[in-house]
Amino acid sequence: MKKFLALVMAMAMTLSLVACGNAGSGSASGSGAETAELTVGAIYINSKNDTAGYTFAHHNGIVNGMKKLGLDPDKQLFIVDEVPEDKQQVLAAVDTLVGQGADIIFGISFGYIDAMEEAAGLYPEVIFSHGTGYKSNETNFNNYFGRAYQARYLAGIAAGLKSLETGNNNVGYVAAYTTAYAETASGINGFALGVQAANPDAKVYVKNLGNWADEVNEKAYAEELINTFGCGVISQHCDSAQPQIAAENAGVFGCGYNSDMTGDAPKAHLTAAIWNWDVYYATAMQAAMDCAGDASKFVETMGGPAYYGGLKEGFVDVSPLSANCAANTDKAIEAVKAMMVNGEWDVFTGVKLSIAADGTVTSADAALVDNAGNEIVAAGGPSVEDGVITGSMNYLVAGVEEV
Amino acid sequence: MEMDKLGVITTFIHNIVVYNIPLLYGTVGEIVVEKSGSLNLGVEGIMAVGAIFGYIVGCYTNSMLIGILTAFGMGALMGLLFAALTVSLQANQNITGLTLTTFGLGVYFFVGNAIKAVAWPAMSNYSSIKEGFSDIAIPGLSRIPVLGHGLFNHNMLVYLGIVIALIMWYYLNRTSPGLRLRAVGENPGSADSVGINVKRIKYLYIMLGCGIMGIGGFYMGLNMSGSFSSACWINGYGWIAVALVIFANWNPAMAILGTFVFGFFNTLRVSGSSLAVAFPGALGWLAAVPTQLYQALPFIITAIVLVASSVRKREGSGLPASLGLNYFREER
Repeated sequence: MKKFLALVMAMAMTLSLVACGNAGSGSASGSGAETAELTVGAIYINSKNDTAGYTFAHHNGIVNGMKKLGLDPDKQLFIVDEVPEDKQQVLAAVDTLVGQGADIIFGISFGYIDAMEEAAGLYPEVIFSHGTGYKSNETNFNNYFGRAYQARYLAGIAAGLKSLETGNNNVGYVAAYTTAYAETASGINGFALGVQAANPDAKVYVKNLGNWADEVNEKAYAEELINTFGCGVISQHCDSAQPQIAAENAGVFGCGYNSDMTGDAPKAHLTAAIWNWDVYYATAMQAAMDCAGDASKFVETMGGPAYYGGLKEGFVDVSPLSANCAANTDKAIEAVKAMMVNGEWDVFTGVKLSIAADGTVTSADAALVDNAGNEIVAAGGPSVEDGVITGSMNYLVAGVEEV
Repeated sequence: MEMDKLGVITTFIHNIVVYNIPLLYGTVGEIVVEKSGSLNLGVEGIMAVGAIFGYIVGCYTNSMLIGILTAFGMGALMGLLFAALTVSLQANQNITGLTLTTFGLGVYFFVGNAIKAVAWPAMSNYSSIKEGFSDIAIPGLSRIPVLGHGLFNHNMLVYLGIVIALIMWYYLNRTSPGLRLRAVGENPGSADSVGINVKRIKYLYIMLGCGIMGIGGFYMGLNMSGSFSSACWINGYGWIAVALVIFANWNPAMAILGTFVFGFFNTLRVSGSSLAVAFPGALGWLAAVPTQLYQALPFIITAIVLVASSVRKREGSGLPASLGLNYFREER
């Protein structure tokens, strides 16, 4: 019977691994007296001790944002980490943080959305700010997200120019998800449109990981794209540098994500679409301090319930171009970036950019069409960027093939 | 682009081997441990400890051999801990094994993060490690069309894993020390009565088995190109190895087959769509299978194997009769 029990346990543990990716250690942080006027609370999906990945990026953003404002993260930041996307557990974390005196609480994972909404009602004197979500109220609860697609477009230009240079029109993309989330779909679309601006003949092959992080398969998928589909540039929407390392090993090129991956793949990496989370966190914490204790003014102080920063705010960007980039990549990226920063042009519109090999940028009206042939935006039509946050971007653009 | 259709099959076969050999190490190691009558559920943690120390020490000494020996040694040390707790102190084996998993993963992240904070060794900077993990073609056999590159062009740790499995099979079934080991696993009381030092045998083979698991962890680290991030390299392979032991019926040679059968389904997730594109007529349906099903497939197979093996009759089973039971001499 013992043996059978052991087998059942082994099985249960095996199965439980499908559900939870990470094992690590962590605990609620900090103690000590308050020294300044703002106490910050944070709820993380993974460990605050991570050295890479999503939680790491947010934790860095919060810590650096606090330092910018002269706040002391050692004394004024309270964290509950490794909180799964479960309403009761998120609410318990909120209780803990409120008990520790938090004035503003950040929840970084999409699945915290309902709990954050409920908590905002339970604690009207505390500010709640939810990353990647879409819910909010008019007083103490907002959401925040960035126009990563703009940075993706710029990385796409680097990939497109590289594909022109190598003469290989096949570009690969290791996707966390495809059309299941507007975030992932917009990442693929932004990148693909950037590639096509430089190389209209390019084709983007997407492999769907079905997971936000899965290191072993991130590598295997990239190898598959390189070997079977002949891809010469590999981009990705996943945390680890494995796709870039696979590109390096195969002697092809790649565009990373979330952090500059040139160190991981010095001969392959071109540039990465990156987030500067501290830009938002500093803005939000400043707004919280400006509210001077009245949490209900937060949304008004922030200028609206949804913060949606992009290249203009410096919230997203591309990492420094590596020496692997094709000639004139810097010139083209600078020009297009300027157009997006000053609001002249945006990615998901009825205006298409063309980038010549010498880096000059021209624009022309052209419809935005998905890969099933449906017209999304008529030629010359307005931007559908809202689809990225409202979730209506559930298509992949023409020239993208999911394999 | 003209697609190399047979190349897709070759890559598929190659990947089955490359990505699943750590399972073979884990399984063979666990078989050795279980044959001595101990059920060790700590494979995941032991592989993690072997991985992190093997990789770091291997890189810093720039020696594949030292890396392998360190991974083996650290795995064996974990085995020593398990043996001290369960054999000498009579602790519950299941609980101890689970504890070792938690402990091992903790050590993995503790050591890894500490080293990363100072200077993480990048595999590409250590020529002996990088080249030591590159593919070696077996002359002649690797020239066989389609199968050759898939099966006979691998890194040395793949061959080592197969060799260890075959040696352990021979050792367990054809030698007298192997017979003594099996006797301890079947009935330690009887073994004791004929003068076999049960404690010594248990310590020895628990450490040997755990050492083999450690090498599997090292392989995993190298296969991930030594890129340390927020997820553990072992990625659940240790748990699958525990189940594969049953699939292999406690036979190290069968473990090779088990690894590849399991690996087939594991790798289908990665290569399914490529196969579908290469052979749209025969295999086009593979592309229609949702990713989620592919993700769950290895675990579904594991579950089926566990159920099937537990209903199988005792006859012919390689299950050691005293598996999971602590041997307390005074109770004899």
